Amino acid sequence: MTLGRALLQLLVFPGLLYAVPVAWLMLWMERKLTARLQGRIGPPFYQPFFDFVKLLAKRPLPRPPLQALAMSALPVLAVASTLGALALLPVFPRGGFGGDLVLLVALLEIPPLCAVLAGFVSQSLYGELGATREAVLSIAYSLPFLAALVALAAAADSLSLSVISQQAMWQVRVPALLALALCLPVKLRVNPFSVANAEQEIYAGATTEFEGPRLALWELAHGLEWVALTGLWAVLAFPVAGAAWPLHVAVFVLISLALVLVVAVAAAATARLKLAQAARIYWQWGFAVGLVALVVAMVKP
Amino acid sequence: MRIIDSLVRTSRRRSPWLFHLNAGSCNGCDIEFVTCLTPRYDVEQLGIRLEGSPRHADIIVVSGPVTRTTRAAVETLYAQVPDPKVVVALGSCPASCNVFAGSPTVEGPLDRIIPVDVYVPGCPPRPDAIVAGIADAIAILAGGGRT
Repeated sequence: MTLGRALLQLLVFPGLLYAVPVAWLMLWMERKLTARLQGRIGPPFYQPFFDFVKLLAKRPLPRPPLQALAMSALPVLAVASTLGALALLPVFPRGGFGGDLVLLVALLEIPPLCAVLAGFVSQSLYGELGATREAVLSIAYSLPFLAALVALAAAADSLSLSVISQQAMWQVRVPALLALALCLPVKLRVNPFSVANAEQEIYAGATTEFEGPRLALWELAHGLEWVALTGLWAVLAFPVAGAAWPLHVAVFVLISLALVLVVAVAAAATARLKLAQAARIYWQWGFAVGLVALVVAMVKP
Repeated sequence: MRIIDSLVRTSRRRSPWLFHLNAGSCNGCDIEFVTCLTPRYDVEQLGIRLEGSPRHADIIVVSGPVTRTTRAAVETLYAQVPDPKVVVALGSCPASCNVFAGSPTVEGPLDRIIPVDVYVPGCPPRPDAIVAGIADAIAILAGGGRT
């Protein structure tokens, strides 16, 4: 991958210039769909953008220097690592480099880690509760998530994302995609797995103490996670080979948005599970699906 | 700079987040307040969100006459909301202590304890009146609010 192409992917597509407006669009879609399914009208489409600007324009509260630094640095790190993960998505074939799957997994794990640290550094009871839940859940969903990605890598005999998305066998890919889809709601903290940020229960979880610009960055990081995770699923589920670039882009965008629709409708139709129930689902059912993918990938001829 | 100012003003008007504080209310106003979020009134279409954390809020909605036990909480909470902020007194209790006036356990009305911007009188006020009061609060917030 040349430097120019890397910068183009990081800053234009599927990075900054594409991801930020689409992150706002996806956050809006989730709120709007929930509202429509509850018989309400819901917010207008520019809502997440105005939320972001308003939060940026609020004056931050005075805090002890080290806490202020940590509370500002953690959301910035979450935004930056999610953008990095987005830039690695193999929307176009023959991009990327050998081993970019490992980097992608690492970058996708950083935002939950930041949320855990943020909850504890904010020294709020609710923040700490949210951070604990986030940590327990990330251990639970990492099992099926990583099992699915390892199975895909084994099936394609490669650690390069573009090779995996083009060459993994479908008998491995179907259970692996199922396991990845199961991990989406918990990684995005929506129902029925909105345990870590459970509103009305522990307020906003790890971000309870965050105000103004710091909260704006968390909201942005959350939106970017939507783009990155649905995008990852889209490139793995619908690999486009040997077509013109507009087709690659169109398939990527449309599948991502369709997946947001499914996740949002599932979220609006379900109620929140308890922490132990959510963790059990991932350890049992999630891992069972991931294991099927792994076994099929390992016994391939 | 002018375009940034007008963008900030617009975004404050389009995205006011509320925090609801019960300072010894009988729960009547609180029920009417939550009604505003239901499908019939649906204030989310105005960008309004009811937040659980005061750190996220722009508008503090206080119900109840401020009792002796809730006074410290009201003061702490007012300091916890980042500027700019607006305070709405919901119902007759925070405005005048209503039927609780003169009680030894009541320290209100609210404007003795924190500055109040908008009063929504009523016992309880109708949801329409609450939405109108919040609209007034939004106008104050867009102009810079209380800093």
